[in-house]
Amino acid sequence: MTKQLEKKHSLAVRWLHWISFPLLALMIWSGLLIYWANAIYGFKIFGYELFHFFPTWFYDILGIPLRLAEGISLHFFFMWFFALNGVIYVLYLIFSGEWRAILPVPGSFKRAALVSLHDLHILKKLPPQGKYNDAQRIAYTGVILLGAGSIITGLAIYKPLQLSWLTWILGGYEWARWEHFWVMILFVLFFVVHVIQVLLAGWNNFRSMITGFEVVKTDAVATETMVEEGAKV
Amino acid sequence: MSEDKGLDNEVLLEKVREIEAAKRDDKIIDKENTAYILGEKSGLSAPLTDGEAGKIMSRRSRRSFLIGGAAAVAGYFGYRWLRQPDNFYIFERMFRFNENVSQTFFESSDLAPEFPRELAGARVNGLIGMGEDFSADSWRLQVTGLSNPQQFSLDEIKSLPRTEMTTELKCIEGWSIICNWTGVRFSDFAAQFFPVLRDGGTPNLQRLPENLTQYVSLVTPDQGYYVGWDMQSILHPQTLLAYEMNGEPLKPEHGAPLRLVSATKYGIKQLKRIGSIEFTNVRPADYWAEQGYDWYSGH
Repeated sequence: MTKQLEKKHSLAVRWLHWISFPLLALMIWSGLLIYWANAIYGFKIFGYELFHFFPTWFYDILGIPLRLAEGISLHFFFMWFFALNGVIYVLYLIFSGEWRAILPVPGSFKRAALVSLHDLHILKKLPPQGKYNDAQRIAYTGVILLGAGSIITGLAIYKPLQLSWLTWILGGYEWARWEHFWVMILFVLFFVVHVIQVLLAGWNNFRSMITGFEVVKTDAVATETMVEEGAKV
Repeated sequence: MSEDKGLDNEVLLEKVREIEAAKRDDKIIDKENTAYILGEKSGLSAPLTDGEAGKIMSRRSRRSFLIGGAAAVAGYFGYRWLRQPDNFYIFERMFRFNENVSQTFFESSDLAPEFPRELAGARVNGLIGMGEDFSADSWRLQVTGLSNPQQFSLDEIKSLPRTEMTTELKCIEGWSIICNWTGVRFSDFAAQFFPVLRDGGTPNLQRLPENLTQYVSLVTPDQGYYVGWDMQSILHPQTLLAYEMNGEPLKPEHGAPLRLVSATKYGIKQLKRIGSIEFTNVRPADYWAEQGYDWYSGH
């Protein structure tokens, strides 16, 4: 048995990743404090509301009611740090070349479906992949787009006069608010799936986001295959 | 037996090293591999024995977890410190910073969209500062900070240039409503009555608002509700002293006889039933800012 250490996450990515977590949490939390004051969204089918954002018990458990001013002060404080962290991350991806590991490539959507089937234990074999599989590529690119979307829709409702063109593009003030809300919901869904996947992936993978390194087993079988493949060239 | 295994491991290690070297030379290419498509690099170390790998990882882990843990603890206590009531001034400073950023990009030529008149509606929200003891007939608008303190009757205000607009009123709670307003632009009002200037010199209408006082304070007759405005926003062409709403004289619940309406700020700043207006260089007190809201509250 031999092992190899794989450098998975640079120091910058690890810091940016972990800083984004409390910042996103604070933005969502303060956003909820604000949303409560005009909580009008829900899932409606033929005029019948299946689910309202959010049920009373949800607000009560979290102690959300009557904290609009507090929500605004937090939201418009941490927005700068949230946006700055995201911008630095994107710049880092561009200049380090690490965008290569994250951007979807031709065939990514097809292979991402196969990865999902594998994760659901329907398929045995994983499609070939680089550092991240294609489902991860789509998810990680998607969450960057969510970050951009949160800033764009947020600006449209924050400065609907100065940025009236942006608000107009997004369908007006009310639509922009609705879009800002759904960006938040998608962020939460990403978070839930991300945490589940990390739990399933195990300690070695989790540790790599803290130490930067993952221990890779180079077991006998794999080695044999590699030796054979190596022999072919 | 154990010697054999040791030897096997040695051989295996050697082989893996060879393969790694070959890989680095791009000799092994998996064209199906997404990493290959974009030319992604992988950072694999040289092959190690279990013992070596374990040793390196535990050293790295200890270091990283200690730093990470310290950062998490610092973040937690930093946040708790920030949220102490005594430190709310930090959030107020950020409001002020945001205000400065906003004012830097503010152009009075930026206009909020106007809507067809038919879309106009009404929604009553908030009756602070509208005490029962009020007579519209004896009402006069008190203005201080003009060259001479002055009073205006509603008819006098109505005699000023009339402006109509159908804009979206945005409440800080998150809802909005389209309303049709008629009144006099605050900028027209100010231009007519020469407010005192920062430096006390002769008014020059071409140099508005630079030449004016920095702020305007508006207060209800019972002084129960008061708002402060920056000069830039209150002189915006979509800020009116309104006396009609949706084609009818303003109703008491909407701020009769005269109220402020604007596309530049949230509803909390659009004072109903204005009693007095003051041009001032002192940042005016603001009812909702005192409750922890953003003093500027501008769009």
